[in-house]
Amino acid sequence: MKKKINISKTSSQRLITYGMVIAAWIILEIFLHTGLMSSHLEGLLVPMAYYAIVAVGLNLCVGILGELSLGHAGFMCVGAFSSALFSLLTVGKIPDGLRFILALFVGVLFSALVGFLVGIPVLRLNGDYLAIVTLAFGEIIKNIINALYLGVDSKGVHVSFESLMALNMEPEGTVLINGAMGVTGTPHDANFTIAVILLLFALVIVQNFIDSKDGRAVMSIRDNRIAAESIGIPVTSYKMLAFTISAAVAGMAGVVFSHNIATLQSTSQYFGYNVSIMILVYVVLGGIGSIRGSVIAASVLYLLPELLRGLNKYRMLIYSVVLIAVMIVNWAPGVIEKRTEFFDRIRKGIKNGAA
Amino acid sequence: MALLDVKDLSITFGGLHAVEEFSLSIEKGQLYGLIGPNGAGKTTVFNLLTGVYKPTQGSIILDGRDITAHSTEEINKDGIARTFQNIRLFHKLSVIDNVKTALHREFEYSTFEAMFHCGRYASVEREMEKKAIEILKVFSLDTVSSILSSNLPYGQQRKLEIARAMATGPKILLLDEPAAGMNPNETAELMETISLIRDRFGITILLIEHDMKLVSGICEHLTVLNFGKILAEGDTKEVLSDPEVIRAYLGDDE
Amino acid sequence: MSFLTTFVNGLSLGSIYAIIALGYTMVYGIAKMLNFAHGDFIMVGCYIIFLFSSNLGLPPFISILIAVVLCTVLGITTERVAYRPLRNAASPLAVLITAIGVSYFLENLALLIFGADTKSFSSVITWSGLSLFNGELQIQGITIVTIAVSLLILLVLQLFVHKTKEGQAMLAVSQDRGAAMLMGIDVNKTITLTFAIGSALAAVAGALLASAYPSLTPYTGAMPGIKAFVAAVLGGIGSIPGAMIGGLVLGIIEILSRTYISSQLADAIVFGILVVVLLVKPTGILGKKIQEKV
Repeated sequence: MKKKINISKTSSQRLITYGMVIAAWIILEIFLHTGLMSSHLEGLLVPMAYYAIVAVGLNLCVGILGELSLGHAGFMCVGAFSSALFSLLTVGKIPDGLRFILALFVGVLFSALVGFLVGIPVLRLNGDYLAIVTLAFGEIIKNIINALYLGVDSKGVHVSFESLMALNMEPEGTVLINGAMGVTGTPHDANFTIAVILLLFALVIVQNFIDSKDGRAVMSIRDNRIAAESIGIPVTSYKMLAFTISAAVAGMAGVVFSHNIATLQSTSQYFGYNVSIMILVYVVLGGIGSIRGSVIAASVLYLLPELLRGLNKYRMLIYSVVLIAVMIVNWAPGVIEKRTEFFDRIRKGIKNGAA
Repeated sequence: MALLDVKDLSITFGGLHAVEEFSLSIEKGQLYGLIGPNGAGKTTVFNLLTGVYKPTQGSIILDGRDITAHSTEEINKDGIARTFQNIRLFHKLSVIDNVKTALHREFEYSTFEAMFHCGRYASVEREMEKKAIEILKVFSLDTVSSILSSNLPYGQQRKLEIARAMATGPKILLLDEPAAGMNPNETAELMETISLIRDRFGITILLIEHDMKLVSGICEHLTVLNFGKILAEGDTKEVLSDPEVIRAYLGDDE
Repeated sequence: MSFLTTFVNGLSLGSIYAIIALGYTMVYGIAKMLNFAHGDFIMVGCYIIFLFSSNLGLPPFISILIAVVLCTVLGITTERVAYRPLRNAASPLAVLITAIGVSYFLENLALLIFGADTKSFSSVITWSGLSLFNGELQIQGITIVTIAVSLLILLVLQLFVHKTKEGQAMLAVSQDRGAAMLMGIDVNKTITLTFAIGSALAAVAGALLASAYPSLTPYTGAMPGIKAFVAAVLGGIGSIPGAMIGGLVLGIIEILSRTYISSQLADAIVFGILVVVLLVKPTGILGKKIQEKV
């Protein structure tokens, strides 16, 4: 009896999250089709969805694995560029729908691979060092792609870190990445519905993972690494697994990103560590470890200031103050103690009142 | 042949001989006590046996296999499980999830099945749940299975740690001061549980304990450690009446 | 000669990194936290000097003094309000995330007050510098002052830590906070003092940084701050001479790779060094190893 209740409880929690996302999608689609939505707001829907996807991925790393990554924008960058290149090369050769699905595979695969490679050195560290090294890797990825010139012609692939001229291309060759000018001409394959479907997909994978033996193993490492080792949990492999999945999810968001933008550039504005920090803000304000919270926080915090134009100037300031306040209220031992005392008193008060 | 055979185990920390030439032989099914004054090196022995520290010298043979060089994780697989003096539970996981986590080796499904909850996922999880409840029942923790482990009272946290260690299916269980912080009633109950683990599940037990009532009550054999060296070893009654042990352990004035 | 000029430029940038890294490494060594907002303290210092010097026309020296005082107050306040409550939090991530929040706060506050447009900072050093080898090697005044100031700070800090009671207390707290407390050392006071010194250094670094690179935005301090942390790690976190060496090495590498390899890849190279150091010698050049207790 008890067992059944337990299982259905966690799965119903998951279903609520999916339902929420679908409901939000339906409402926004209605607004879209009835013309109630400004074109400005319309343009924000896809970004809102891909930031929600990254937030879900980052929360797997921060909340479940318990390691702070400041490099997820870098994984997003890898997913964006690898899939954009694939689409650019295959446009007109593969039917549109199939092409996007394949591009998705390419983007996710590459970001997972980079996540895995980055994870090998990074996961030997912990705490502050891990955070700063993920930041370093994110910046390395962004800077390398920003400096990269890539082209193909009949002689093959040309790579340079200097200039377009240095590629030495035949005149009829195609330039794929034009250094800091980035990638142009990626087919506009993504739209709000596709972004929502992928958000749901990310949610399924991450939430299911958490509620599985793998997820429990990862959380046990988070809670007490020494105890996890003592019961034979292969700590390194589980850390790698969670980190890789987390990077792959961020890469998936990158695929949506690159197929929704005319010119894809590897700049700080899109893929710098500040973006990683902004996503971290979503994760923290949505609740560290709460996947549903991440989706809500990412969507609301992304849209809200755009809706309340007057707020826009102050939004980052407000977010930062709220972030600090949330951390202190939720984590400071002194505050936790006072909070518990306070609630105990209220509870007693209610009891006494009832009696 | 002894189940656990430890020979001449030594470790030094920056010139300090924390444990020196420690030897120990435990037969299968024995309930063995490791005692000694504070700072004698008992927990260090546990850390050596479980691969947390690597000995500077000596060997550890479990069931005929040399496991001296094995990692903590491998040693658990080899058949040694432990608890900790300062409780180390997975505090943000529920009671039952603490035990289920420890069942990870016995139950198998792939990461793909984990991500999509397909294939073996449902049936294996159900089996895991059943097994975990069974183990929790031994410690009368089945009624609190869905509570967050950090919300358990202290005595039950200690028990849960033993349950978690047991769930990994060890040949030998190392308990580091299992009765620490328990009241006499809880200790008595714990003694029964420890005996039960040995008798019903056939698990050999090595425990560190300061509570002499518990030690003399359930341990058949004792090794006394003082300043990192073995002071005495043998049958519980004999060891505890050894005047040298009494002097070292209780101090001259008693 | 052009190599020498480049090298001296690297030394100059390295000296600025070193001053920032000194603040970082002291705070990390003693308070055991990565003050992610440290770089933004620099930016605050820059804006204060800009405000008093360029807008109100005060002499540079007075403006720097005001900036040092205000940054010290900022550092102490931040520690007291945002970091101290979280010192014994269950997760070590809590205080780091809060520090990121403080960094975010300062940047956006500056954005709100001063706007996103670049302010051109007029150098606090008016000396034009030296001309050596018949003018083949030009060393700017700011470069010489920067290097001299950083060496002076290193010297004073070393003397302070090893010769004064407060400095000894810092060493004690950095080695074992609990034991230091039992020995009667006021840990809170010591950590406050550490933040005060670190933040004061940030203001000095700000004056030098903005004089050498005179465009000022709310994000001016962020990247140098992170790179200075890399320098502190490179030198061995917690080590004062280590921070100096790390800063100089990093500055030289950055300028050399900017000149001889690629200006776009220079940052990637700097961060690459961090990764390599942490892999090969995680404790840095002059750091010590710490083992976890079971």
